[in-house]
Amino acid sequence: MPLRPETLRAAVAGSRANLSGRHETVNLSDLGRALDADLSGANVLLRTSDQLFAALALIELDGVAARIVICPPDVKLEHLSSVVERAAIAVVVSDDPALAVVGMRFEQPHLPKPGTPVAPSQKTEWVLFTSGTTGAPKMVAHTLEGLTGAIQPANASDIVWGTFYDIRRYGGLQILLRALLGQVSLILSDAHEDVADFLARLAPVTHLTGTPSHWRRALMSPANAKINPRYVRLSGEIADQAILDSLKARFPDAAIGHAYASTEAGVGFEVTDGLEGFPADFIGRPGAVEMKVVDGTLHIRSPRTASEYVGGAALLHDGWVDTTDMVEQRGDRFHFVGRTGGIINVGGLKINPEEVEAVINRHPGVRMSRVSGRKSPITGAIVIADVVLNDAANDNATFKDAILAACREKLPAFKVPAMLRFVAALELTAGGKLSRHA
Amino acid sequence: MSVETIVRAEFETVAREQDRILTGLSDETVLLESGLDSLCFAIIVARLEDQLGVDPFTASEDVYFPVTMGDFIKFYSDATAA
Repeated sequence: MPLRPETLRAAVAGSRANLSGRHETVNLSDLGRALDADLSGANVLLRTSDQLFAALALIELDGVAARIVICPPDVKLEHLSSVVERAAIAVVVSDDPALAVVGMRFEQPHLPKPGTPVAPSQKTEWVLFTSGTTGAPKMVAHTLEGLTGAIQPANASDIVWGTFYDIRRYGGLQILLRALLGQVSLILSDAHEDVADFLARLAPVTHLTGTPSHWRRALMSPANAKINPRYVRLSGEIADQAILDSLKARFPDAAIGHAYASTEAGVGFEVTDGLEGFPADFIGRPGAVEMKVVDGTLHIRSPRTASEYVGGAALLHDGWVDTTDMVEQRGDRFHFVGRTGGIINVGGLKINPEEVEAVINRHPGVRMSRVSGRKSPITGAIVIADVVLNDAANDNATFKDAILAACREKLPAFKVPAMLRFVAALELTAGGKLSRHA
Repeated sequence: MSVETIVRAEFETVAREQDRILTGLSDETVLLESGLDSLCFAIIVARLEDQLGVDPFTASEDVYFPVTMGDFIKFYSDATAA
């Protein structure tokens, strides 16, 4: 099994692993054809309702299609025509005829049947959507080589991967590729499935990944008693000390790592010492991934970054990607403090919501929180917080005083939430990140 | 509870939370000399909006800012009566 395969199909040759969706499991050893058509040289829009069919189509089309645009489930219909036009799409591949695009060729994948695969004829461009939240989605171009650049050989054959992510986004796709290249099994998530049901399905998993918000939700579900991973990985949002400590307490024997990756910048690095942030000497160190801080914002240059925005502005500047993630050095460590677009401005003083959330989340009774700006006629905005407690039955008044006291101790007055509400739950985006526009 | 009582109570609460000492809250007290800063006023205005259902600063078409405590209370009394 080559670690740097020419195609995805070559990577799974000889595999005995399973790929499990919510309803079906496919054993990769008898993988024939999942798509009847020969789509050599075509630009394909992959728009499935089920993740398993997306994975099967990717194995089928890599090395065959000229370009695969992997559509996450939440791309709005109104943006579809612009996507089709910018990416010069010729064929839609979907397990659901309802997702066809009017006037465009449609091909439907099925569970694998015996058959000879289409011979590979080219390097396929993989196009992913960025996790931006408003307006027409941005698409970025990757290669299989870049996408698999951070993958190390599997160090055990009994690994079973599971992920809360959707494999049609960068974070989830990383796990799919990791499982396929490592020839180990993977259990896929399903957006329509109950957290408790999914956790039950994850019982065999040894390696489990998700965003900090996914993990907080899992820790709130009594069904988390069913899982016992030996490797726990977080990425996609800031992993604060509170969630790292909670996971360590719940899974004392597991290795816990938080990774930095983005659709544009690719996989940056992983931190495994159990502490939030990352060692300051990561900046400027030699290696495949170079990092620098410009005006408080992390920039990355590596062979794993995307090459360009498809039909959009330039992505790379001298090879560097501006991640728009803001970092701050405290002692010998850098901490993520928020995103350049997410700032709350209180009378000219700037606040990263994530910085305040980190303080709130440190309170032992708190499961998660969302800090946002509320319009104010006096100061432009004030800081407000929505907080989910571990146990909703707790005495809220006492908790509120304790949380605000902790904020006053750690933060200047203008960053302390002016109003704090307890809520039963906080909405997550389809990508598993805290929804900041709710 | 009257609008005046609610407004006065909110001034006291926010002053306590923000560690401010009120110099007095008579009708003649000039707001900017009351011991509260603009962050305190921003918080008071947001909380009164939630309690009384009005934000006269945003609702009012006049560019009018109350100067004294008496003005401030009248500002809210008028807005809730409207």
